[in-house]
Amino acid sequence: MLEINNLNVHFGVIHALKGISLKVEEGEIVTLIGANGAGKTTTLRTISGLKKPTDGTIFFNGNDITSASPQDRVRMGISLAPEGRRIFSSLTVLENLELGAYLRRDKAEIKKDISMVYERFPILKDRRKQAAGTLSGGEQQMLAIGRALMSRPKLLCLDEPSMGLAPLLVQEIFDIIQDINRKGTTILLVEQNASMALQIANRAYVMETGTISLSGTGAELMQSEEIKKAYLGG
Amino acid sequence: MEQFLQQIVNGVSLGSIYALIALGYTMVYGIIKLINFAHGDIYMLGAYIGYFCMTYFHLGVIPSLLIAMAICTLLGVIIERIAYKPLRNATRIAVLITAIGVSLFLEYGTMFFVKANVRSYPPLKGILTHSFKLGSIVVTAQQILIVCITIILMAFLQFIVKRTRIGKAMRAVSLDRDAAELMGINVDNTISFTFALGSALAGAAGILVGIYYNSINPLMGILPGLKAFVAAVFGGIGIIPGAMIGGYFIGTVEVMVAGYGNSMFKDAVVFAILILILIVKPSGLLGKETKEKV
Ligand SMILES: Nc1ncnc2c1ncn2[C@@H]1O[C@H](COP(=O)(O)OP(=O)(O)OP(=O)(O)O)[C@@H](O)[C@H]1O
Ligand SMILES: [Mg+2]
Repeated sequence: MLEINNLNVHFGVIHALKGISLKVEEGEIVTLIGANGAGKTTTLRTISGLKKPTDGTIFFNGNDITSASPQDRVRMGISLAPEGRRIFSSLTVLENLELGAYLRRDKAEIKKDISMVYERFPILKDRRKQAAGTLSGGEQQMLAIGRALMSRPKLLCLDEPSMGLAPLLVQEIFDIIQDINRKGTTILLVEQNASMALQIANRAYVMETGTISLSGTGAELMQSEEIKKAYLGG
Repeated sequence: MEQFLQQIVNGVSLGSIYALIALGYTMVYGIIKLINFAHGDIYMLGAYIGYFCMTYFHLGVIPSLLIAMAICTLLGVIIERIAYKPLRNATRIAVLITAIGVSLFLEYGTMFFVKANVRSYPPLKGILTHSFKLGSIVVTAQQILIVCITIILMAFLQFIVKRTRIGKAMRAVSLDRDAAELMGINVDNTISFTFALGSALAGAAGILVGIYYNSINPLMGILPGLKAFVAAVFGGIGIIPGAMIGGYFIGTVEVMVAGYGNSMFKDAVVFAILILILIVKPSGLLGKETKEKV
């Protein structure tokens, strides 16, 4: 579904991605883990078109999208719940969800999808008229995921959805991610919480200062000594 | 008391004009954090377009207004595309200096074509020459026209911003440009649209001021532009209702100072207000105190 070849990204003189290649197949959960500053966020931002690569290609469902606009990528079915949630804080919860469906014209279906998001996150329904900035961190994360789902993505990219959440909530978010995947959405998950990410992932890539240092199935990587030492605290 | 009410009437008329200009400042600032110094010159161009429509084509006020708004819309979009869009990732000071350059270009470019002399609007006809007396307070038909047109335009603007798809996109882009891109919003088009709206309102203000004060010149945009900017800051720059309130406030204060005090001070007072706001509440009347993001 998604195929990245030899992707290079620069910020001025900083070489943030140094020729990474990765693949996500339809129906998978793929996770991207790695230390701070490894380039995980940059990878997702480049996939969604916010950052232009200096070299390399990105293919989505067989189409070269390397220079496609972010809008076109949303239209094709790529959606990102960005790092730090980035919800529209002074707009209401409902307005945030509506903006998630900005490119869609099927009003009735949008309504249905909003109810589906409410079913998945009942708290958002209670808060629908409230300014999104007044939500708690966990609720904001739910809104960010819900909003990303509103474009009916084929590939949902999530950047550290568990960041700053209490352990119980982290578990809930991971359950939700698995459920979204079961209902047919492919997932590319960036996480600091490596052990939980590896548990739910079909496959995983490990990033280290702009390169991919290791890859394999979630189970394989969980057994790897290197990973245990570096990311799983043992 | 009656004199006071008369000043209020005059202040509201002048304030309408400031409010219309301030809206463009505030919307553009809201979306790209640029104080568009060329905005006052769009207003001047609106006044000239209205003048030509009425003097040479003998059009009525409303058709002239619509034409001025349409041409100013176009100019606003062209200026944005040529001067500001290439600077999307430049520093704010670079864009600001460009805006000053655009402003000078419009002022002296206009002077080249229409000469520097003051021109007067053709005398109005029919109902627009009337004035109405309420006790000893005089309300002219022109004042009523100005206020009515302003209210209609503001209601229309509110509708666009609150209810339409492009309005939602404007609000999203002004809150978080990257997040807006992720929703599939075309940020460049949204910014152009914001310039279009602001310029249309400035164009309308230009022709209304031509009708009200009768005389126009190529540098007429400078001072009202600055005052409208103060109005936008007063209300809270980036906040649409703030610009409306600020416009009426500044207009009324100016008229009061001229009426009761000394009209020599009317401009100085406006800028004293700016300094006061910046000391007391820099975020303006409706602005929230936000910590500068680092
Ligand atoms: N806007 C930017 N300007 C300059 N350098 C940047 C920018 N964004 C990222 N970088 C640099 O690119 C590298 C990769 O950053 P990135 O945010 O992708 O890391 P990350 O893996 O997501 O880290 P974290 O786990 O902390 O979120 C870092 O060295 C970072 O300093
Ligand atoms: Mg990151």
